[in-house]
Amino acid sequence: MHGTSVIKRKIPLTAVARVAIFPPLLLLIIWTRFCFAEDTFTEQSLHSLVAQLSSASFAKKLTLVDEIEEVAGEASLPILEAFLAGQLYYLKQEQDKVFQAVKIEQDNYQILDIYTTAQVEYIDKQAFRARYKKVRINNRLRKKIKLSLSRISLSSGSEASKMQALNALMDGVDESSASLVESLYVKERSKPVKKLMSVVLAVHQLKQATRGATFNQQTDDQTEKQKITQALDLLDGRLEVSVKVALINFKAHLEDLTADDANYNHDLINPLLSKTNAIIHSIEEEINFFLFVEKLFFGLSLGSVLLLAAIGLAITFGVMGIINMAHGEMIMLGAYTTYVVQLLMPNLINYSLFVAVPAAFLVAALVGIVIQRTVIRYLYGRPLETLLATFGISLILRQAVRTLFSPLNRQVDQPSWMSGALELNPVLSLTYNRLYILAFSLLVFIALVFVIKKTSLGLNVRAVSQNRDMAKAMGVKTEWVDALTFGLGSGVAGVAGVALSQLTNVGPNLGQAYIIDSFMVVVFGGVGNLMGTLVASFSLGAANKFMEPITGTVLANILVLVFIILFIQKRPRGLFPQKGRAAE
Amino acid sequence: MNLRKIITRLVVAVITSAVTVSAMAKDTIKVGVLHSLSGTMAISETTLKDTVLMMVEEQNKKGGLLGKKLEAVVVDPASDWPLFAEKARELITKEKVDVIFGCWTSVSRKSVLPVVEELNALLFYPVQYEGEESSKNVFYTGAAPNQQAIPAVDYLEKELGVKRWVLAGTDYVYPRTTNKILEAYLKSKGVAKKDIMISYTPFGHSDWQGIVSSVKKFGAEGKKTAVVSTINGDANVPFYKELGNQGVTADNIPVVAFSVGEEELSGFDTSPLLGHLAAWNYFQSAESDANDAFIKQWKKYIKDKSRVTNDPMEATYIGFNAWAKAVEKAKSTKVDKVRKAMYGIKVPNLTGGIAEVLPNHHFTKPVLIGEIQDDGQFEIVWETPKEVPGDAWTDHLAESAKIVSDWKDSKINCGNYNTQTKKCSGQNY
Repeated sequence: MHGTSVIKRKIPLTAVARVAIFPPLLLLIIWTRFCFAEDTFTEQSLHSLVAQLSSASFAKKLTLVDEIEEVAGEASLPILEAFLAGQLYYLKQEQDKVFQAVKIEQDNYQILDIYTTAQVEYIDKQAFRARYKKVRINNRLRKKIKLSLSRISLSSGSEASKMQALNALMDGVDESSASLVESLYVKERSKPVKKLMSVVLAVHQLKQATRGATFNQQTDDQTEKQKITQALDLLDGRLEVSVKVALINFKAHLEDLTADDANYNHDLINPLLSKTNAIIHSIEEEINFFLFVEKLFFGLSLGSVLLLAAIGLAITFGVMGIINMAHGEMIMLGAYTTYVVQLLMPNLINYSLFVAVPAAFLVAALVGIVIQRTVIRYLYGRPLETLLATFGISLILRQAVRTLFSPLNRQVDQPSWMSGALELNPVLSLTYNRLYILAFSLLVFIALVFVIKKTSLGLNVRAVSQNRDMAKAMGVKTEWVDALTFGLGSGVAGVAGVALSQLTNVGPNLGQAYIIDSFMVVVFGGVGNLMGTLVASFSLGAANKFMEPITGTVLANILVLVFIILFIQKRPRGLFPQKGRAAE
Repeated sequence: MNLRKIITRLVVAVITSAVTVSAMAKDTIKVGVLHSLSGTMAISETTLKDTVLMMVEEQNKKGGLLGKKLEAVVVDPASDWPLFAEKARELITKEKVDVIFGCWTSVSRKSVLPVVEELNALLFYPVQYEGEESSKNVFYTGAAPNQQAIPAVDYLEKELGVKRWVLAGTDYVYPRTTNKILEAYLKSKGVAKKDIMISYTPFGHSDWQGIVSSVKKFGAEGKKTAVVSTINGDANVPFYKELGNQGVTADNIPVVAFSVGEEELSGFDTSPLLGHLAAWNYFQSAESDANDAFIKQWKKYIKDKSRVTNDPMEATYIGFNAWAKAVEKAKSTKVDKVRKAMYGIKVPNLTGGIAEVLPNHHFTKPVLIGEIQDDGQFEIVWETPKEVPGDAWTDHLAESAKIVSDWKDSKINCGNYNTQTKKCSGQNY
């Protein structure tokens, strides 16, 4: 046991402290106070508190967290942070020895001393499992630790962490945290922090008034009224949830006062009530505006997914006129390629997508070309047979993936730069993965339009799709153009699979979920028109998301389909019909 | 002349085959296994097939039942609901099995129900479900709503002070019935209609941004809010991912799920789910000797140390043991005798308590609430002080409250006896 010997040297737990672990804490504190000088006292009691964490019940841990914060203050920050992150472990053999364990790469753990953060040992998973056990944590503890952390980082910490701490405190602001904020307010230099502090204090003021502690029918105190008016002014235009809640509760309290007693103080309450109402109204208006923006973003995001799924089909079905039921499986192949790429580079997940995009394009394009050369080219001009044959191919591909990878869904990891959200304000936050995929879909679209409009391949594709015989007569190798076009459409579908692997489950049935949507978008946009596909996917996405809150998800989908059926009745060629001879 | 020949041959063939079948039936006791081994439900159901096979193997090691060996007959209904009925018929009439362990989704059970009733067979159904059913020929070894949904809601209300409720589910019979019961229950406790939000999504839904955003908005009205999720299958993965991305954590809006267990969590990163809840009658983390032994046995049988155990596996375990005990008590495998012997049978469950078979074909079960940990396991944070008897017909819907099920009492002997009209509605379930 090399590890434990090191540990013993690192943490000199005196025999005194070890004996003192189990008796009630109050006794311990009083007792140690007599025994040690102030400095050692803090350290000793912190050590003994932490040592108790491993064997304590959840209820006991709650009080321990409070005591750790009280005893150690700023010094407890790393310990509590490690606890919150679930990194606190203890030795199975000696439960009172607590360490921080950090997972390094896949299977190794770095064990750190929690007080000095010096490395104690570096071991693999098996040894780690055998020797260490986790200090368990639950929701209440997490909440408690978060509050403690915000209190600590309020007095020290950077501007950003202070802002974060204040936001966390605002929700459950009480007497003690309010007085803490008040005492720090004077010393604070940063303007935004100061502003947020005053908001927290205003929320506290309002809460107190709501409780009736400082404000009731009998109140005839102009200074009190002035204080509340000031608080209300501060809260005007704030979008934080806690602010709105405090205002709503305060309003309800005022209304209670007016209803409660006939002889309430009109002059005092009426102006306050109308002021509160006006502020709530303006805040709600602003919130509604941002919710509208959010919904628009959701619509665009869904639209971008539809665009990605459909754009490959816009080429194979739209331009070449092949009803390709295996299109969804090309998307699936792209998603599985992402999975395989991540398997091959497990330590570089952040960069895996940059490899996966070209890889998925190649894989799907190759499969597409093989399908085209072996099946589809024998079926030109026979749409029904093509439909059946490609449906058969889709079944084969799905079963192949099932046999190769198992029928279970595969886990594709999200790179860290794609998780989380861009917080514009407390109401509006845009998730990064959706933002990137929106941008990516537009990029793919532009690239594809470029290929079709500006390259010689694109010229050939357009020529062949407009008049095969004439193109042939002009020396275009139509066979090859067909294969390459089909490969391009399939490759783009594969690229879509990379994006979708970040949003949905990667399983054999992934493609099935998108095939209907893809056809819907292409038909609605107008067959053979890339621009139509773009407009169609975004408008269908937006329509879906704006209907969803009113009708529910299932009905929204149905309504969109009904709308398209009616639309196609009126305009069979979609939004942007092909013009000229090509349309025939 | 020719025709007569054919007929005689046929008759002879049928008789000989019948004789051989009955001769074979004397040698072994046949256990039918009706779980999907392909299709969408294969993910969950294959595990249960393996569990039954493991139990059969273990019983045979102990010498079988009534001096005979057990023989498992496995069929694959392929996640195809009508095929469940066909395969059940095949098991009963062709294979002549003595008992069937099978089904997962409620719709597959509903499809098998007429078959087992017509042929008077025995089905053990091992999954938590929506209740409102009690068939003479089915034993429900999973949780009824009062053994999962109702206690979970009580926990949220009492322990976490939840005042506003989001009932989110997949659009099919189990979530819809469960949510109907929960809504009635919450209203009876004085929760206003505006404090309940109900949302349904299709199977395999992946675009959760709008729903999560509206949950966030619903939760920003000043009252503690929780989500009660009956979302089923792999739609849960993008749902929890979206919750994580939009910053909905367990300490501001906790999600309690009824269909997410260890098996569903195995193989993906649970850090965004940390602290969200699930309600079951069993967790792998439950501390008891029986559970340790079961986990060890399972890992050895399946030859994979990373495999986990879950609630429907425990329900299969309980069902199998109860059936084996009833067969020994009845000294027969005849359906009617076994059924009568079942009532009152007590078998140990895996959490350290006792499961008793009730006359309404349900079991007594403890209810546990667990918080999801970053290793894909659950930390048990709450449990009922003792086992809760399963209630076939919920007390929280007016039309079901007056219905009782009792297959033991000879005066009632019915799965849906109306206590007001004193009549059995004539339906068999």
